[in-house]
Amino acid sequence: MKQKLTIAVASGKGGTGKTTVSASLACAAADTGHKTAYMDCDVEEPNGHLFLKPTINYRHMVGIPVPVVDQDKCTACGLCGEICQFSAIVCVNKNVLTFDKMCHGCGGCSLVCPTEAITEHSRNFGVVETGDCGNNLKFCHGKLDVGEIHSPPLIEAVRETAQGEDLSIVDASPGTSCPVVAAIKGVDYVLLVTEPTPFGVNDLEIAVDMVKELGIPHGVVINRSVPEHTLARDFCRDNNIKILVEIPDDRRVAEAYSKGELPYKGVEGYRELFKELIDTIIEEAGR
Amino acid sequence: MKIAITSVGQDLESKIDARFGRAKWFIVIDTETNQHQVISNEHNLNISQGAGIQTAENISRHNVEAVITGNCGPKAFTTLNSAGIKVYSAVDGTVAEVLEKFKNGKLKQAGGANVEGHWA
Ligand code: SF4
Ligand code: SF4
Repeated sequence: MKQKLTIAVASGKGGTGKTTVSASLACAAADTGHKTAYMDCDVEEPNGHLFLKPTINYRHMVGIPVPVVDQDKCTACGLCGEICQFSAIVCVNKNVLTFDKMCHGCGGCSLVCPTEAITEHSRNFGVVETGDCGNNLKFCHGKLDVGEIHSPPLIEAVRETAQGEDLSIVDASPGTSCPVVAAIKGVDYVLLVTEPTPFGVNDLEIAVDMVKELGIPHGVVINRSVPEHTLARDFCRDNNIKILVEIPDDRRVAEAYSKGELPYKGVEGYRELFKELIDTIIEEAGR
Repeated sequence: MKIAITSVGQDLESKIDARFGRAKWFIVIDTETNQHQVISNEHNLNISQGAGIQTAENISRHNVEAVITGNCGPKAFTTLNSAGIKVYSAVDGTVAEVLEKFKNGKLKQAGGANVEGHWA
């Protein structure tokens, strides 16, 4: 492998085993000799650390600039409220009100203010933690503070913090909204984890549309696969999407999971499966 | 005094709209003369966040002293408060009925938001 590679693991819905797959993949990559970073970008509910059990050695707060208004300088012209797309600042009755949690930190209001009444102050809304999981595997995740709603800037911070390893595995949050786009934007390859159920396939379809829209090469992992459930298989065949691996519906995987263990480590046969998977992805992504 | 009532339609016989930020219309009424004016709030119906704040701002331009509505979230309440506008609660009835109740002192003034904000 010559150049650095970033692989995102995503799924159209929660509960498909996305974290187990991405954490296992990270371990497999590290064990096959790649300097690897695992980035948990599911910042609303990060849980990769439960399986990878990293030693955290560095943490930093992430904030965005929010406006603070000097009422003495303010002439109540109302321009700030007009420019704000998010209703985070509004001028009523000669007062300017700000709603910090709605502010996206775009800086528009302070730019338009004719009297320089607006200054920007940083408001923290989450934390990025980095650490080590031993041999070759770096760990990084973001945790959004309770009650916060804007995860994309935190996701970007996680990705910036952990970049630089040969191989990066990004664990994206489930779904297809802004946080997922922030997590997979610009990656080299997206692995879509799905289940062979009607719901699973329905969400896979939406997720496929999203990655196609973003123009990112992608492939599918069918998790909890049962030979006779062909829905996901048929969908991939009809849409010309490569299935990289089918992970069987295996009691032992669920048992390992409930103990906070990765199938990669705890269940016989899975070490090989994930090592093969990482090789396949590298090959696919390199094309 | 001038007051505003959230309404599903454009006349005094319309039902009041219980949702403040997503109300389609406001009827602004002068309680002395009963003269009224219909204000559209349609541009705030589809915005993804801050509808309550924008609606409060919209109303504050019409120099009303009070608003009668069903559910008012914390941010809308703060904005109305800052504009010096009192909030009175009414759950059902037509605009005309609610207006009568208000004139007879039968409506309660809200001391704070009576629903959680969507983002709280
Ligand atoms: S920084 Fe941008 S989002 Fe925040 S209040 Fe100002 S204009 Fe609105
Ligand atoms: S743009 Fe500046 S001067 Fe105008 S209302 Fe906003 S803070 Fe006040």
